[in-house]
Amino acid sequence: MTTTTAPHTHAAGQPGRRIAATVRDGLAVAWRNLIALRRVPRLLVFSTIQPLVFVLMFRYVFGGVVGPSLPPGVSYVDFLIPGIFVQTAVFGSMNTAIGLATDMQTGLMERFRSLPMARSAVLVGRTTADLARNVFVVALMTGVGFALGFRIHAGVLAFLGGVLLVLAFGFAMSWIFAVVGMAVGDPETAQAAAFPVLAPLVFASSAFVPVHTMPGWLQAFANHQPVSQTAQAVRILVLGGPATSAVWQALAWDVGIVAVFAPLGVWFYRRAV
Amino acid sequence: MERPAIKVVGLSKHFGSLVALDQVDFEVRPGAVFGLLGPNGAGKTTVIRILTTILHPSAGRAEVLGHDVVREAATVRRLIGLAGQYAAVDPNLTGRENLRLIGRLTQLPRSRVRPRASALLERFDLAAAADRPVRTYSGGMRRRLDVAAALVPEPPVLFLDEPTTGLDPQSRNALWELIRELVSDGTTVLLTTQYLEEADQLAERVVVVDEGRVIADDTPAALKTHLGNTVIELDMDDQSDAVKAADVIAGRLGETPQVEGTRLRLSPRNASGLLRGILNLLEADGLVPRTVAVRESSLDDVFLALTGHRTQTGPTTDSANTGGKP
Repeated sequence: MTTTTAPHTHAAGQPGRRIAATVRDGLAVAWRNLIALRRVPRLLVFSTIQPLVFVLMFRYVFGGVVGPSLPPGVSYVDFLIPGIFVQTAVFGSMNTAIGLATDMQTGLMERFRSLPMARSAVLVGRTTADLARNVFVVALMTGVGFALGFRIHAGVLAFLGGVLLVLAFGFAMSWIFAVVGMAVGDPETAQAAAFPVLAPLVFASSAFVPVHTMPGWLQAFANHQPVSQTAQAVRILVLGGPATSAVWQALAWDVGIVAVFAPLGVWFYRRAV
Repeated sequence: MERPAIKVVGLSKHFGSLVALDQVDFEVRPGAVFGLLGPNGAGKTTVIRILTTILHPSAGRAEVLGHDVVREAATVRRLIGLAGQYAAVDPNLTGRENLRLIGRLTQLPRSRVRPRASALLERFDLAAAADRPVRTYSGGMRRRLDVAAALVPEPPVLFLDEPTTGLDPQSRNALWELIRELVSDGTTVLLTTQYLEEADQLAERVVVVDEGRVIADDTPAALKTHLGNTVIELDMDDQSDAVKAADVIAGRLGETPQVEGTRLRLSPRNASGLLRGILNLLEADGLVPRTVAVRESSLDDVFLALTGHRTQTGPTTDSANTGGKP
């Protein structure tokens, strides 16, 4: 006959077991998302082509104009590549919203919600898979950058630190878009909602051009928003200079964003119907 | 008394001003198939979503094997399997990968995940397609995989939300056979259906829901007996003849037929005796039916008698039926 005694409930209460369950289930969902990425290559191709277009366009179309406003001795390609890294991570985070919204339209999300898995696992799995995709895209952009004349000036370790900072920022942005994806619930709306937010963040920043060429009121925004601060920190790590304070500022943004948006995302996951 | 596998008390659910469920009560005995029968939008899926912890009730409570679905949701999730109306599988993964994913997410011991996936693929006749992405599967194959996924953790209580909607008769019969096997192994199954035949075939007890309310709760046999075992259907030449014939029968024989277009329908206690009387009576008034049919009553007849309208039959994949989606 059927066993009617419930197996002991795991997770509830002890934070240690809860974190273990989140990691275990989050990795299972990330595995699933990465298989999809491999099997539907267009997902990867599109997120690769877009930064490629940007790097070529900025290097050759705007490079001539921007070059003279850079500090002496800094080439535009060295200025640009850290900005492209950050821009790639930011635009890539849109995929988090699209992926989650797509899942919500299928019955799969319903099934996940009926399974004894951590309530955060679907979101952790998505953001983790998007992080893995960013590793690939950033590596590719590094190669492209080298081909276009980009050089590391402050040592390989500092450069790798810069890459980690980019990945951390992309991960944090993914959590913002996890919330967007859960809130809107369909991929087209998610994409349409994301762009007007992302475009000013990326373009009104120091990602592609030095901020001091902007009007004063815009500089105030451009200097203090996370894209600029992350781009600035990565740039210092690549070009050399005192990086500590810039790196801490960038990390503070990442921690702050995840601290706000991760609980918000899980709250949306719990209540979404 | 044996503790019920599923217990639902005064369950209500509102979506804004829409009342999806209104004071629903029922109990399911362990090891039984229980049918939740009703047309699209009756609230069947809403009941399933509450019982599987996906949705919170607005009022009332529900228990699975004695555990409250709201307060002990984590425990309930370890006791249930859910196969939804639309196949809840990942189209980009293979059949095998889908089952392994569910195995991992239900915390099956690592060493058991692969064998369990293989065994289920075999059992559901999916072994040959096991390593192909699900997006290449037919609708029937996806549906079978969906049910297989629900069975990965060997849940004692299984929820099947319109499991055969859209399946061809052969796949449907295979699934029925499988449900019978599961139940003989002690699994409790709650299934929703719009197909009266399905509830009749599988369920030992049926709750009929309409517009969020329970309108009947009985065995399929008792529901039929209650209404008479036999149905007489007469098809007249036109609608006015049908109305005339109904008046004659009601006035002279004390049985009131239901009229639907040109068709009259009666479910009398003594069909063969009545049939002769009806035909004689109608002939005397010059009303000759085009066709006369005498058959055993189905749950469709029950539904018609209980609600005054027919169930919608035929495959519907209408997403409005998922209950909560605005």
